[in-house]
Amino acid sequence: MSSRERLAEDESYREWKGGYRSYDIVKEACLAFGVVLALAVVLTILFSSPDEKPSTVQSWARTDPVDFVTTATTELDGTSGTGGYGPPYNHASEGQHILFIRPQKWLGVSHPVDTAQDFVLAPLRAITGQPTLQAAVTAYESASAAQQAKWTTAYENALAKANATANNTAISVPAGSYGPLPTMMGGLLGFAQSGGLDGALLTSKQFYQTDYTKPLLFMADGGVLSNRAQAEHLLGAQWGMMNETGSYPGQVWLWLYTFWYQIKPFSTSANADILVMAIMGVLSLALILIPFIPGVRDIPRWIPIYKLIWRQHYRSLGT
Amino acid sequence: MSASEERSWTAAVRERAVATLPPDKLLPDKQPSYVASWIYVFGVLSLSSLAVIILSGTILALKGPGWWHFTGIGHFFNSIHLWSVELFFFVMVIHLWGKYFMAAWRGGRKAVWITGAVTFLVAIPCALTGYVSQQNFDAQWISTQAKDAMNAAGIGSFFNLLNFGQMYSYHILLLPAAVVAIVIGHILLVRKHGVVPPFTVPTSTSQAGRDGAGPGAAESAS
Repeated sequence: MSSRERLAEDESYREWKGGYRSYDIVKEACLAFGVVLALAVVLTILFSSPDEKPSTVQSWARTDPVDFVTTATTELDGTSGTGGYGPPYNHASEGQHILFIRPQKWLGVSHPVDTAQDFVLAPLRAITGQPTLQAAVTAYESASAAQQAKWTTAYENALAKANATANNTAISVPAGSYGPLPTMMGGLLGFAQSGGLDGALLTSKQFYQTDYTKPLLFMADGGVLSNRAQAEHLLGAQWGMMNETGSYPGQVWLWLYTFWYQIKPFSTSANADILVMAIMGVLSLALILIPFIPGVRDIPRWIPIYKLIWRQHYRSLGT
Repeated sequence: MSASEERSWTAAVRERAVATLPPDKLLPDKQPSYVASWIYVFGVLSLSSLAVIILSGTILALKGPGWWHFTGIGHFFNSIHLWSVELFFFVMVIHLWGKYFMAAWRGGRKAVWITGAVTFLVAIPCALTGYVSQQNFDAQWISTQAKDAMNAAGIGSFFNLLNFGQMYSYHILLLPAAVVAIVIGHILLVRKHGVVPPFTVPTSTSQAGRDGAGPGAAESAS
């Protein structure tokens, strides 16, 4: 079909010149509203909705003190996920890219997070009445970067063999040269177990708080969220965030977005997120522009589902 | 120039609006004879689901974000909100597929398709911001997982999934307002252009579609 013929045919569909029938739109809308409302109520009565209590830094420190201290130590030396993340949190890396396209780097650090200061040192400085702890923090801050790295590396290695005490209030590590770290981490663990760290991580310039970026990043660096997520089948390899806790359908409309993460090269790529976003961006644009895309716009003509939809009409025409 | 002779902007807007969408076109009590399929129901079901979402969401907003965690009635309305969202996406996807197989952009209706597709795409972040505003474990997990895609695309720089205050604002005002605005535009376009006619196919008595006689001509001939 030439473009002129296509245009002429398209124009012929502009106005309907055939018959009409009575159609009560308002009645249809009222009935549809009633049906949807009834369905929503029935589904609510049958299935309710999920509401698993959120994790807190306090609950994490109490139930898994070794993981908490291990994570806090990686925050201190900057080797945690957030510590090496890059924009929008810090300059530790340039972030993901496709060829020369680096939006993460271009848009810069908009939510600055210094994991050592924000997650460990500043909260420890907020603890009063513990001179030994404050002296340990001073000793750490006064040490050279090389010395700090020696302590944190040795302590992280030891934490791999650490055990929690019987009541989970402390951890024990093999003897070694860790400098002030055991005192610091013992203090931070106690602060976290008391609930103080939850508040300290939220502190900003004002009284009211709505930004949970820091505590969520801190918890996401440890195992507190991912262990729960694994038990609920919510990990990335388990179709991740499109699911919800329990057996609820979740965001099933994200299936195509989540699908790409399940297959190579995306499942193994360091740039998976930007690649998937780029693909979904192109596909979204394609969805909007279907009327202009040759081939895709012609499929409805080739697969005559329209004959099923308008079967009464065609029957009346004797086709 | 006297006031009566001045061209009134108000009158001009009214005349333009009435000319584009006269009352019998805006709220018609008849439809073309081919509008006779269950697939047409999914458009109005999408609108109805959106209405239930807004209604239940308004009740939740009136009581604040914490209410539904601590009261049975609050949890009930949260569940209504959740299931109406699930129904909304379910019926909207069927509506989209139905319109795709009707090639509903024909006859100068490209803007109708475009506004429908954009509604679907804007509804996705609208739902996502709801999931991350729940203040429960789902919100924690979904926000910390989804942030990486947002950050990688540069969106995370100004749209922070870990910031409850920002996400709540987007969820209860900015994105719903966008969805409703686009849906209103979509409906007005549907009313202006009417429901897309069937493909013209050769009949036993007429070759109406091939000679450009247009849809309906074949029916008139038969």
